[in-house]
Amino acid sequence: MRRLAHSLPEIHKKKKKTALVSSGRLFGAHHGLSMDLSGASEKSKAMAAKLNALTSDSYIDISQYRDQHFKGNRYEQEKLLKQSNTLYVGNLSFYTTEEQVHELFGKCGDVKRIIIGLDKIKKTACGFCFVEYYNRNDAENAMRFVNGTRLDDRIIRTDWDAGFKEGRQYGRGKSGGQVRDEYRQDYDPARGGYGKLAQQQRPTEARNTF
Amino acid sequence: MSRRRHSDDSDGGQPHKRRRSEPIEIEDRLESLICRVGEKSTSSLESNLEGLAGVLEADLPNYKSKILRILCSVARLLPEKLTVYSTLVGLLNARNYNFGGEFVEAMIRQLKETLKNNLYNEAVYLVRFLSDLVNCHVIAAPSMVAMFENFVSVTQEEDVPQVRSDWFVYVVLSCLPWVGKELYEKKDAEVDRLLSQIEGYLKRRVKTHVPMLQVWSADKPHPQEEYLDCLWAQIQKLKKDRWQERHILRPYIAFDSVLCEALQHNLPPFTPPGHMPDARYPMPRVIFRMFDYTDAPEGPVMPGSHSVERFVIEENINCIIKTHWKERKTCAAQLLSYPGKSKIPLNYHIVEVVFGQLFQLPAPPHIDVMYTTLLIELCKLQPGSLPQVLAQATEMLYMRLDTMNTSCIDKLINWFAHHLSNFQFRWSWDDWADCLSVDREMPKPKFVKEVLEKSMRLSYHQRIVDIVPATFSTLIPAEPLFIYKYTEETGSLLPGYPMAITVQNAIKNKATNEEILIILKEVCHPNQDDDDDEAESFNPLKIDVFLQTLLHMAAKSCSHSFSALGKFHEILKALTESDEGKLHILKVVYDVWKNHPQMIAVLVDKMIRTQIVDCAAVANWLFSQDMAHEFTRLYIWEILHSTIRKMNKHVQKIQKELEEAKDKLEKQQHKKRDSGDDEDMERGSEDEEAQLEEQIERLQEKVESAQSEQKNLFLVIFQRFIMLLTEHLVRCETGSVDVSTHWYKNCIDRLQQIFLMHHQTIQQYMGTLENLLFTAELDPHILAVYQQFCALQLVFSAFSLW
Repeated sequence: MRRLAHSLPEIHKKKKKTALVSSGRLFGAHHGLSMDLSGASEKSKAMAAKLNALTSDSYIDISQYRDQHFKGNRYEQEKLLKQSNTLYVGNLSFYTTEEQVHELFGKCGDVKRIIIGLDKIKKTACGFCFVEYYNRNDAENAMRFVNGTRLDDRIIRTDWDAGFKEGRQYGRGKSGGQVRDEYRQDYDPARGGYGKLAQQQRPTEARNTF
Repeated sequence: MSRRRHSDDSDGGQPHKRRRSEPIEIEDRLESLICRVGEKSTSSLESNLEGLAGVLEADLPNYKSKILRILCSVARLLPEKLTVYSTLVGLLNARNYNFGGEFVEAMIRQLKETLKNNLYNEAVYLVRFLSDLVNCHVIAAPSMVAMFENFVSVTQEEDVPQVRSDWFVYVVLSCLPWVGKELYEKKDAEVDRLLSQIEGYLKRRVKTHVPMLQVWSADKPHPQEEYLDCLWAQIQKLKKDRWQERHILRPYIAFDSVLCEALQHNLPPFTPPGHMPDARYPMPRVIFRMFDYTDAPEGPVMPGSHSVERFVIEENINCIIKTHWKERKTCAAQLLSYPGKSKIPLNYHIVEVVFGQLFQLPAPPHIDVMYTTLLIELCKLQPGSLPQVLAQATEMLYMRLDTMNTSCIDKLINWFAHHLSNFQFRWSWDDWADCLSVDREMPKPKFVKEVLEKSMRLSYHQRIVDIVPATFSTLIPAEPLFIYKYTEETGSLLPGYPMAITVQNAIKNKATNEEILIILKEVCHPNQDDDDDEAESFNPLKIDVFLQTLLHMAAKSCSHSFSALGKFHEILKALTESDEGKLHILKVVYDVWKNHPQMIAVLVDKMIRTQIVDCAAVANWLFSQDMAHEFTRLYIWEILHSTIRKMNKHVQKIQKELEEAKDKLEKQQHKKRDSGDDEDMERGSEDEEAQLEEQIERLQEKVESAQSEQKNLFLVIFQRFIMLLTEHLVRCETGSVDVSTHWYKNCIDRLQQIFLMHHQTIQQYMGTLENLLFTAELDPHILAVYQQFCALQLVFSAFSLW
């Protein structure tokens, strides 16, 4: 703790003016360092809002993922993500139905629609879906309380989506399903068994062995 | 503070933390230092507080306002760490008397602000903080007593809502565990006088509303006391124990030699703000108890229900949940690192408080699913102990289903099924074999049935068959399959069969709505002999043939069904123009999907949103004779409450549009005033004004119409309840049978649930309800529910409703 006390003064030298000026702007130019709270509740909200550590709500932050097919720049995509009512849901079993998704996600609010992700070639479920709510608040609760829990015995993952557009319901992997199922090496019976690449490799292996 | 914990991505839970992992701005650093003190650390709490006090003292010349602001905020937002921060303020006051004074002033200003903004729960924490500052020699005890005296004097006010005076009494009582000893040592006569005033007030209070808020109707094994009564008993016991309180962590004791040298400040005289009509005091509540010392067999003993320790522990757990509910990992971690946890059966306390919140009436403080996820997180962190406590709790709740409020049973069903779905549905079902030997309408088998149904919704039918013992097969829900009457095997002789085939082919061949309507014109009314031109009137067979066929073709999924409803919206609207048409369409939806209640619910929702049916039709349908045999099933009530919510949201939406239009007009009028005398501008803005005024008139009509619909919906619902209950009561009386059947209890609970869940909306229509429905001629059993509800409303308002 004492170390911090010594390191702070250096920053003091650089930031001193800014701190005084900004505190002045916040609380009225003439009141110096005293606080005038006898005003709008905005001020008391501003008080709480300033404490980032206490009002942390990290479960609803946007992730690092950006849709490469998104028509628009990064900034536009992020803006949409931050106001979206739509969630991408991943790691579903191929057998998970729309009704199951509705039952689970319905616990956070009224669901506007569910679009089950499909294999582009087979047109069968390929393990993801979109869930759209009527309002943002319900979607936020899903990010807080459904993300990372189980559906059909699998931990599912939810993430903000910029909004469903026709065509986005299809997997983008070469074989028609999701990209992640192209390259994975593990055996997942609920997602078609081995990854597509691994499936192709396995017969070769067998041939080599025998 | 909390972001560091979220680096574990293994269960896909946490998104990546923000780029900035080290606070670089002074304010963030100060915030971080202050917020983090008291967390797990290699140094002792005392040395951390000492160090932090030193750092802050050094920063006071340049950052006083920031420090003041942060400390005021943690006092309000981190009540579970009250004594840590009061000690910190004590140390700062000892080093800098002026700062101590400024802090107290800032707290008083903040207190006034929070009261003005209806943040009563936070105001309690502020007053409690001030009272603990007495222990830290920052505030002089007599001035604190004076503040308490001002608070208690609110009980002398006339014509104020009971919840107002309740709150002021609650604040005083709830501070006493922290500061009772110190105040009594300095001002025993005054404290005694305060307590006796409070005792007098508590005796005068109205408590008719309390049964409505209780989770169980029985007092054994644990009475659920009204919250002020419970706290009063706890404070009385504390006083009897000479104010010895041993649970609260008090870091200031270690600094006594430093603190007792400090000069104290006097609290400025604080007049409680007067009652305002828009004040929203906290709702009355009962204290939920399900455990006592006999339930935690090993380890530390659970403090008794009237011990002040119990109060403090429950308060702290409630505070932790309030602070961290949005971040379940942090919340669980904070709960499990409760200071002093080794001396209490912490898991039991946590489970009790969590269920207490979940079952709270009228509504829990947070969304239901938060509690499910929090309990899962707690199980993850304490896999060796918490799941057992949870299982024990579930077992206890099951044993007491007979007297549990139906609304709470609903919550238990939803929680248990969702919880099980995260743990492969593993449960010792055989332990509940007793439910198999009683009537299926009894609470226990009913509960198991509903749990299995909800579990099936989250999985699939075969799964449920697999997880329960064979003996439970009669409780397993039916396979959720579509029931089509016009099949070749069983329906070919039905009057509508040929038409069903025609319609099916037409749809397959992509016929238009008009074409299909023409086809349907051929469907004869089953009760009609002549060919009256009654094409527009209600024809149940037409509806049946069309809808059964359509839904059958779209039965694959919800989306398919929605698509079908959308595509043939025109036809459906035409068929349901009359009220009978609306009723019949709902009947058909039930007929085809009766084994898949979830599908019924989503279709009804869609049909309301696309205005194929209206809310009143849904209410009438649910209460109809055809649905009587389903009346006690959970899905019926979920549909009804969902319907009421949609109605409420609709009214709110239009009201908001009206407000926005009115605001726009006001702004427009201001602009006109300010724009000077530019003629062209004036004329243009006059047009705009006229447009807005017209819009406002239209919206006003819309609001009135929506409110009328809303009032009608509640009238329909209450009317139907009264009819059903009266029938039952009359039948029992003539047959000399006891009225209290399970069906009756269920029905009364459901009526109560309507009042509780929508009390704010219903309030507006109380006059009509009383004049038309809940008149004095009504059977006293039914009237009692209404009167209890009125009692609940009464504690909120100053004036009698009769």
